Amino acid sequence: MSTPVLHVEDLSVIAGHGESEVTLVDRVSFDLAEGEILGLVGESGSGKTMACRALMRLLPSSNLRVQGKAVRLAGEDLLSLDEADMRRIRGRRLGMIFQNPGSHLDPLMRIGEQIGEGIRLHQGASKREARAKAIDVLRQVGIPDPLRRVDSYPHEFSGGMRQRAMIAVALGCNPQVLIADEPTTALDVTVQAQILRLLLDLRDQRGLSIIMITHDLGVVAQTCDSIAVMYAGRLCEHGNKLDLLAHPRHPYTAALIDCQPATSAGHAMLKTIAGQPPLLDALPTGCRFNPRCLQQGGQCTQLLPEMQATAGAHRVACHYPLPMGASS
Amino acid sequence: MNLARYRFILSRPLQLLPVLFGISMITFVLVRSIPGDPARALLGSRSTPEALIRIRAQYGLDQPLWMQYFYFLKNLLKGDLGQSLLYKVDALKLISTRIEPTLFLVLGSVLLALLIAVPLATVAARNKGGWQDHLIRLFTTAGLGMPAFWLGIMLILLLSVQLGLFPVSGYGRTGWDKLHHMVLPCLTIALALSAVLVRNLRASMLMELQADHATAARARGLSERAIFHRHVLPNSLVPAVNLLAVNIGWLISGTVVIESLFAIPGIGQLLVRGIFTRDYMVVQGVAMVLALATVMVNFLADVLTVMIDPRVNMR
Repeated sequence: MSTPVLHVEDLSVIAGHGESEVTLVDRVSFDLAEGEILGLVGESGSGKTMACRALMRLLPSSNLRVQGKAVRLAGEDLLSLDEADMRRIRGRRLGMIFQNPGSHLDPLMRIGEQIGEGIRLHQGASKREARAKAIDVLRQVGIPDPLRRVDSYPHEFSGGMRQRAMIAVALGCNPQVLIADEPTTALDVTVQAQILRLLLDLRDQRGLSIIMITHDLGVVAQTCDSIAVMYAGRLCEHGNKLDLLAHPRHPYTAALIDCQPATSAGHAMLKTIAGQPPLLDALPTGCRFNPRCLQQGGQCTQLLPEMQATAGAHRVACHYPLPMGASS
Repeated sequence: MNLARYRFILSRPLQLLPVLFGISMITFVLVRSIPGDPARALLGSRSTPEALIRIRAQYGLDQPLWMQYFYFLKNLLKGDLGQSLLYKVDALKLISTRIEPTLFLVLGSVLLALLIAVPLATVAARNKGGWQDHLIRLFTTAGLGMPAFWLGIMLILLLSVQLGLFPVSGYGRTGWDKLHHMVLPCLTIALALSAVLVRNLRASMLMELQADHATAARARGLSERAIFHRHVLPNSLVPAVNLLAVNIGWLISGTVVIESLFAIPGIGQLLVRGIFTRDYMVVQGVAMVLALATVMVNFLADVLTVMIDPRVNMR
């Protein structure tokens, strides 16, 4: 792959100070190429959203802080920027859409104005130019009758339309990278497919790179080029989608794939992973997955495994990775 | 613009009628259940029985209660509130000359309260937990704890008696003179009212600062200042409008105390004097006017809410 649009190295999010310090996201590293869609997968609380908020430096509490070696967006190191410079990046180069479009749009402001807000801020456009651009973007995200819809309020839209509107808000400023935080979780399945289709189209038309946060492997299989799996604040496997789904090397990834409900007949019981994810202030020693892992060796309870390249771009953090082609 | 949402403006006044009818009945009965005889109050304790009977007949007070109510309603529909027993003039005319000072007092207080409350709540919410926040919350607690009449007396002592900045009491004649006279009474009410408003506004601003749409605005690169003015403030004003309406309703009848304290010739003062002299017509009339004003304020609050919040649909 060519030089990545986004290069993330050892990104951590830490809560609290001194003794009571808790690491919510632990040294996450990955690259994102232009036009790549990366699926960031993991259970609730595994730190996917927190990691992406850290990229934007939009942490939900002032008690949290970001650490890392580098976060480079097209060569510019975001970690060295101050808040004012970071604001220039947000929206303009690094866009974000959210899980619940209903609450992430201001109910009192017209859709067109919310799209125009970023355009006016980042491109210095006039009110009229911003409105024309907003209509344009609404058309691109597939909102019918954008000339009229530009003056609608969020509550006048359906759930799927709201998500399209929110994508339009993010796209208005023409970002290079879009972070999509579970963009389809709140939508029903047919609408979900439409939104995913839209994101794929936008990638093809604009060369947009997307980080898709999700816990739905079905979504990942349909849209992503590569997958990164997170568990308890750490990245445990990262690689090409097809490789990773067909030949998972990390026992957690394999278990996660096994848990997908099958639509074919014959599976009466849903599979689950026994146990629960660890609390981040009471982590097991060694590998964080070891209490739930089925293939343990001697090192698992001793040493925290680091990410290591296996084949090509495939990386896994496991002392005893599954052999190629062993899984389902 | 979606004009259908404003259709309730046409139908709402019709709903007012049963409300006013109910209020007329309640005030009519309540006024007459005050112990004491208006004829005796009018003529004094050494009046002759003949004179009392004559007065009662003159004002219809010797009729059965339901008959009196019937006449009251009949006259009310003609816009006639009856004759004041004490002043011997048309009650409606009497009330209308007293409305201006009260209206001035209420509007001035509300305006002043907003001018105090919105900036204070903004500073408190944007510096949550800081010294500004603590200071402002101390102010609101003090404002809620102090009775209005006591606060008024303290303001008179400090600003009028000691510093001589404002008149001690009265209303004045010309526009500027009236304004000068009304500063202290308005300030007294505004301080108490803004304490309630600051608490409420601060809480909703804090909530809106944490709201998802504010996060989304941050992700768009907006500055905290822009987010506050464009998203947080409008959203937190929606609940404040209704709180303000409720408080104005309470304030309209609460002006009685302040009008007495500052000797302002408003309808509150008229009401007090009317009750002491058993001036049935005036008390009834004032009660109707106050009720009408309260209902109107809530109606205006509804219109304002529809204007601010596009989701609201009154029916």
